[in-house]
Amino acid sequence: MSTTRYVEQNALPALLEALRTAFGQEQRILVPVLQPAVKESVVFKPWQLGMAFTLKKATVPPKEAVLPPCETLVQYKRTKNPENPAELTLEVTEETHCQPTIVFGCRPCDARGFSILDRPYLQGPFADPYYQRRRESLTVITQTCNSTGNTCFCHWTGSGPTHPEGSDVLMTAVENGYWLEAVSPRGEKLLAALSLADGAPHADAAQKVRENVNATLEPAPDLSKTQARLAARFTDADFWRDQTARCLSCGGCTYFCPTCYCFNITDEGDGYGENPGRRLRTWDSCMASHFTREASGHNSRPNTQDRMRNRISHKFSTYPETWGTFSCNGCGRCISNCPVCLDIRAIVLAATSD
Amino acid sequence: MSTLKGKELRIVGFLCNWCSYGGADTAGVARATQPTDLRIIRVPCSGRIDPLFILRALFNGADGVLVSGCHPNDCHYSEGNFYARRRLEVLKQFLPVLGIDDRRFEYTWVSASEGQRWKEVVTTFTERIHALGPAPVLEDAQALFRVADMTLSPLHALGTGIQAPLEELKSAIKSRLPELDCVLGWQQGHDAIHSVPLFMRSPEDVDKLVWGPLNVNNLAVYLPSLKGKKTGIVVKGCDSRSVVELLQENLIKRDDVVIFSMPCEGTLDMARVMQKLGSYKTISQTDSDDKGITVTTDTGKHRFDMSLWAQGKCYGCATPGALLADVRLGTLHPVTPAPTTPPELAMLDAMSLEERRSFWKAQMDRCLRCYACRNACPMCVCRDYCVSDSRDPHWMTQDDSANEKLFFQTIHAMHLAGRCTGCGECQRACPVGIPILALRQHIARAVGTLFDGYQAGIQPKATPPLLGFEVQEKNIHEREWK
Repeated sequence: MSTTRYVEQNALPALLEALRTAFGQEQRILVPVLQPAVKESVVFKPWQLGMAFTLKKATVPPKEAVLPPCETLVQYKRTKNPENPAELTLEVTEETHCQPTIVFGCRPCDARGFSILDRPYLQGPFADPYYQRRRESLTVITQTCNSTGNTCFCHWTGSGPTHPEGSDVLMTAVENGYWLEAVSPRGEKLLAALSLADGAPHADAAQKVRENVNATLEPAPDLSKTQARLAARFTDADFWRDQTARCLSCGGCTYFCPTCYCFNITDEGDGYGENPGRRLRTWDSCMASHFTREASGHNSRPNTQDRMRNRISHKFSTYPETWGTFSCNGCGRCISNCPVCLDIRAIVLAATSD
Repeated sequence: MSTLKGKELRIVGFLCNWCSYGGADTAGVARATQPTDLRIIRVPCSGRIDPLFILRALFNGADGVLVSGCHPNDCHYSEGNFYARRRLEVLKQFLPVLGIDDRRFEYTWVSASEGQRWKEVVTTFTERIHALGPAPVLEDAQALFRVADMTLSPLHALGTGIQAPLEELKSAIKSRLPELDCVLGWQQGHDAIHSVPLFMRSPEDVDKLVWGPLNVNNLAVYLPSLKGKKTGIVVKGCDSRSVVELLQENLIKRDDVVIFSMPCEGTLDMARVMQKLGSYKTISQTDSDDKGITVTTDTGKHRFDMSLWAQGKCYGCATPGALLADVRLGTLHPVTPAPTTPPELAMLDAMSLEERRSFWKAQMDRCLRCYACRNACPMCVCRDYCVSDSRDPHWMTQDDSANEKLFFQTIHAMHLAGRCTGCGECQRACPVGIPILALRQHIARAVGTLFDGYQAGIQPKATPPLLGFEVQEKNIHEREWK
C-alpha cells in the first residue's frame, strides 16, 4: 500500500512553501501560472510565496524542467600572451550547476513525457550528463485529469488521464482538496516527510473520481499496425502531400510537445575579451528547413511534407522501433496550438488504415 | 564595447564613406574638440544601412545610434540616401512602441567639407544621450501584464455570412477546376468550431468547402509556394489584400491566380472563443443565425454574437469584399469609414515607454521561438532562409532572453514595413497569445502618416513606399541641430 496524504485546497500554497526544502535541498518548484492576454496561456514558472497559480492544463508542457529551451554547456575564454601573440591559452569551464526541481500540477501526459525523454537521453550507449543531473534531482507531482479535452487522445498511446508513468506523486481533486498518492520510491519519501493529513479517509472518493474519468473514454482505435504501416508509407509522396498540405512548417507542434527532444548546439562569442564565449544547447525543430540542411547546401527534407512525415514517423514508427513504445502521449497540444489545426490523430489513423 | 566609466556612454555612429566620414575627418584635421563617446562604423552609403543594424545595436545595449550620410541630392550613388531617408524615418517612428526612446536614434546629413557641422552634430547628439542617461535594459524591466479592451464597434455590420451564396461558389469553383492545379478554401477541422485550409483538387473536395466566421486562416500564405502552378483561391476582403500585396511585389503572377470573392461579415476571435468554451470534450451542435453562432458542448451552451466575438481586426475592417477578384459572388454590407485604432495598439498607445518595455518583457518571456508568427505570415516569403536563422552574419544569438525574442519581432516587423496588410495571422498563430500584431499595426500607421495614407495591398500597381522615394519628401523633414 502506497503512502497517501490529503491536502485542502486552501493549504496548497503552504504545501508549495514546504516543498521548497524537500529532501533537505533548496528546490525550484515549477507551477502552472496563467499569463493574461486576449489569448490566455498557462506556462510553468518558479513558485514564489504569494504568487497566483492555476491547476489548468498548461499550454506549454514542463519539459523545460529537464531540457531547458536554452542552456549553457560550457564557457570558454581565450587569452593571448601579450609577449608572444602566437601563444594562446584556452580555458574551458563546464556548466555543472543544477538546481533540484519539483514540477507541481502537471498532467499525466506531461509526466509521461519525462519517461519518453529518458530513453534516448539516459538509456542509450551514452547518458547525457546535463539531462541526467536534472532528471535525477527531479520530482514530479502530477494532477490526474478530472475530464478529458477535445484534443486529448492519451489513451490511444498507452497513457491515460490517471496514468502514473513518469510521476512521483499523483494528486486527485476530491471535495475541497486533493488526495496525494505516492507512485514511486521518491514520491514515498517525499510524502512521508511532509506533515500532511493521512489520505486514507479520502481514498475511496479519489478512486471514484479516477474511475469516472476513465469511464468517459471512448474505445481507442487499434494502433498495433501503425508502426509497420507508417514505415511502409515512407515513400508514398501523395499520401504525405495530401495529409500535410496545410502545414506551415513552423515549430508550434515540436516546441509545445512534451516528448520532442531535438536540440541544436551553437557557440556564441569567440571567447576573447571580457566576456567568455558560451556553447549553448537550444531546442531545435525537425519542422525547420535548416534542421536537415547540410553544409553543402543539400537538404534531405526540402519540403514541408518530408518534415511532417519525419515528425509523425518518429513518434509512431522509428522511436517505437528502437524503444518499443510510441513517443507521443496524446496530450493534443500539437493540435490545439497549431495555426492550421493539423490533426496528428487523423494522419495516424489514415496511415494505419488499409 | 568598453567606455571610460562615468564619463562615456555607448554611442554607435554609422557614417557614409563619401560624405559624413569625410566630414568627421575634416573635423579631426581641423582639431575641432568633440566628445569621445561615438564609435564610428564606416559604411559605403547610408542606403547600405539596414535598419536592423540600428536595432541590433540598440538591443545589444547601445545608448544611442547616429546615422549620417550625404545631403539629399548629393549621394555618391545618386539615390542611396533617398531610400535610406524613408527607412530611417519609419524606424525612428517604430522605436517608441517597443519602449525605446526615439531620441536615442537620429539620422542626419553631413558633407565631407562640413567639419564644423559634424562637430555640432556629434556634440549635440552626445549631449542628448548623456541627458537621457544609459539605455534601460529590457531584462531588468518589471513584468507588466495588460489585456486590451475588446469592446469595439465595427465599421460594417458583422454577421455569420449565412446568406452568402456558398452553393453558387461551389459550382463556380467546379467549373474552373479543370484548368487549375488546385483551389484553396476552407473545410471543417477536427471539430465543428474549427475551420482549416482545404486544397481542392477534385469535385468531391469542393463539396467539403465551408463558408462562415470560422474561416480565420489567410490562405494567401500558400500562394508563393505554389508559384508557377495555376491556383484558385477563395478570399475574404483581408485575404485579398495579401494577394494584392503579393502581386505588387511580383511574388506571384496574376495569370496564375484565379480569385473567388465572397462577402465577408467578419471572423470569430478563436482565442476568446476557445477561452469561453473552456475544456470540453465534444460539440453536439452548432447553430448559426444572422447574428452569431450558438455552440452546444458537453459542458453547456455558449452563444457567440459576431458583434462581440469577432477578431480585433474585423472591427476596423473597411474591405469586407475582395479588392481584386475574377469571380465575385454575393452582396456586401455597406462600410461607414471612420478612423479606428486596433485594440492592442490603443492599449500600447496609452502606455509610457517604461510600461511598454515592461509589457514586452512580460510577453516575450513566454515566447518559445516556434516562429508560427513568421510562417503564418503571407508576406514572410523568405521563410526557409530567414535572417533570424542565419549563423553568418550572426543576427541573433540562440539565447532565449526576452531581449533576443523581441529583437526577432523587430526583424519581422521591419521587414513588413509598408507591406503588412494587417491580416493578423502572426498574432492568431501565436500559441501563447503574444499581441505581436500591434507592432506591425504601429508601423503601418506610421507608413500611412508618412506616405499620404498609403495602405499595403490595396492597389496592385502601387509601389510599396519603402521600395521607392521622392526627391522632396512631403512628410519627412530634417530635424534642426542646435
